[in-house]
Amino acid sequence: MAQSASGLGGLKYDPSKRARPPELNVFMALVGIVVIFEVLGWLIYHDSFLFNTRKDLDTLFNNQRLQVIILQVSIVGILALGVTQVIISGGIDLSSGSIVGATAMITMSFAQTALVNGNPNPKAIFGEAFMDLPVIVPVIVGLGCGMIAGMVNGALIAYTRIPPFIATLGMMVSARGLSKWWSNGNPISFPTESFAGIGKGLWPVAIFVTLAVLFHCVMTYTKYGKHCYAVGSNEDAARMSGIKVLNHKILVYAIAGTLAGAASIVLCSKNLTAQAGMGVQYELDGIAMAVIGGVSLSGGRGSIFGTVLGALIFGVIISGFTFLKLDAYYQEMVKGVIIVGAVVLDQWRQRSRGRGK
Amino acid sequence: MSRIILETRSLTKHYGGVHALDDANFTLMDGEHVAVVGDNGAGKSTFVRQITGVEQKTAGQIFFDGAEVNHSGPLEARESGIETVFQTLALADDLDVPSNLYLGREIIKFNLGPFSILDRKEMKARTMEALQRTAVKIPNVDNPIRNMSGGQRQCVAIARAAAFASKLIIMDEPTAALGVQETAQVENIIKGLKARGVPMILVSHNLRQVFDLVDRIVVFRRGRIVASLKREETDGNDIVSYITGVKGNAEGAVA
Repeated sequence: MAQSASGLGGLKYDPSKRARPPELNVFMALVGIVVIFEVLGWLIYHDSFLFNTRKDLDTLFNNQRLQVIILQVSIVGILALGVTQVIISGGIDLSSGSIVGATAMITMSFAQTALVNGNPNPKAIFGEAFMDLPVIVPVIVGLGCGMIAGMVNGALIAYTRIPPFIATLGMMVSARGLSKWWSNGNPISFPTESFAGIGKGLWPVAIFVTLAVLFHCVMTYTKYGKHCYAVGSNEDAARMSGIKVLNHKILVYAIAGTLAGAASIVLCSKNLTAQAGMGVQYELDGIAMAVIGGVSLSGGRGSIFGTVLGALIFGVIISGFTFLKLDAYYQEMVKGVIIVGAVVLDQWRQRSRGRGK
Repeated sequence: MSRIILETRSLTKHYGGVHALDDANFTLMDGEHVAVVGDNGAGKSTFVRQITGVEQKTAGQIFFDGAEVNHSGPLEARESGIETVFQTLALADDLDVPSNLYLGREIIKFNLGPFSILDRKEMKARTMEALQRTAVKIPNVDNPIRNMSGGQRQCVAIARAAAFASKLIIMDEPTAALGVQETAQVENIIKGLKARGVPMILVSHNLRQVFDLVDRIVVFRRGRIVASLKREETDGNDIVSYITGVKGNAEGAVA
């Protein structure tokens, strides 16, 4: 161990040895993956992945591709924002995908229109009184359902002290069951015009980006954010310092549930229908986005910004494989490799830092 | 120096059938530094845990600052002016120095309940001030403390206690895991507290350190206080005799 001659007070601070923010590494990985697809594109198809090559369009980038990259990860991205907060607080949330399914069914039941092409709605769940409600009703119902499910998660974890893995696993199974029971497995369709507007076009992207900025600020500038990192870093220390850890956990899971509800609203609005199988595996994609983005599964480390970068890496990979005309099967295999690779790299980095290099 | 800041009367703690602490009578004067020594399992840490509210006493009374107290947790003890440096330090490794100093008592710029906006500038400024006052030097307070040495982390924990302790500081083996120079640094901070007149209870195994730092030494043996000796009136051999039980019958010992 390095004992400097002048003792602790004389320790020199070398700015060059300051730890790089993990987000920078993630960003470099993102750039690297884009470059790989760019190069492969030119080699195989003599076409650019990122840039516009069409003569009839006057843009530098292939804007359509850029839109698709972010659009296809926006909905899972919304849910990943909540998952990120849970993981930073030292927990895990396996239930968000199932909450998306259950919330979609319930939300859509309040978003139906009475008349479809002049005929009564064939998929109607409730009676006349619940048809053609203002758009705010299903939105509040959706956010509320997500929040309640999240609060149940949080309360289970806080008061029964079962591991978050088990509590949210239970919620995952139960919420999926609820979404199938809700309409006996039948899809619920034909939303009102205004509800269908939520998921139209680039709205999911706008909602995702807005929520990401909002929660980035919450995690960086508020007491809640500081407590997330404190609880995830050292729960005992947080408790001894007077942080109400139990209340904090309930709040974190409630927020994660609400965000899953938000993702669900956008999803069923975009698809114009709700199905019991919606959101399957979203929880794992959300966790993967966070982990790729540098969020540590042991808690205390990571950021919303990192998760957004992780989501973009996801989007780039999916688009890149489509661009190279490769099967979707390859996508999944490569996605798995990238998840594991991201964690391995992160641990190497941690270990070398631990040695003081 | 004349006022009693902390007093325990017949303080007793049983864990099931184990009498970890029996009938401990202890007084601490304002501004006084007292060391608590004893073999492993002698009851030192149990004694400290009752005062800091980490555990609840079985019997007896604790008077702090002139009134009887019944702290239900460390937070309550802290609010009444007792700051503790735990052996585990109770630091959040992924947070920077100001966040650790103000953990659980953040300075708020704008109150929005749990989403209150933090006043990070103010916390950093006050942190620098507190570090200066306790003569703790940290190269870069914005780094997470995970990357800091054991001594630096200890200094952060002590600076936190010193910054907020209005009435009493308790330190549980503050130098147990430190190197020579780091230990010297921590001892300097303790001497600074003495100069400022902040009373302290120091749990330590290091007799050299104890004789260097404190006014009075209290010896625990088998859950009882067997001796309370002024530093000038005793020496290392004497203390060791009490610790090992050569001297000092447990009966009738008064602190």
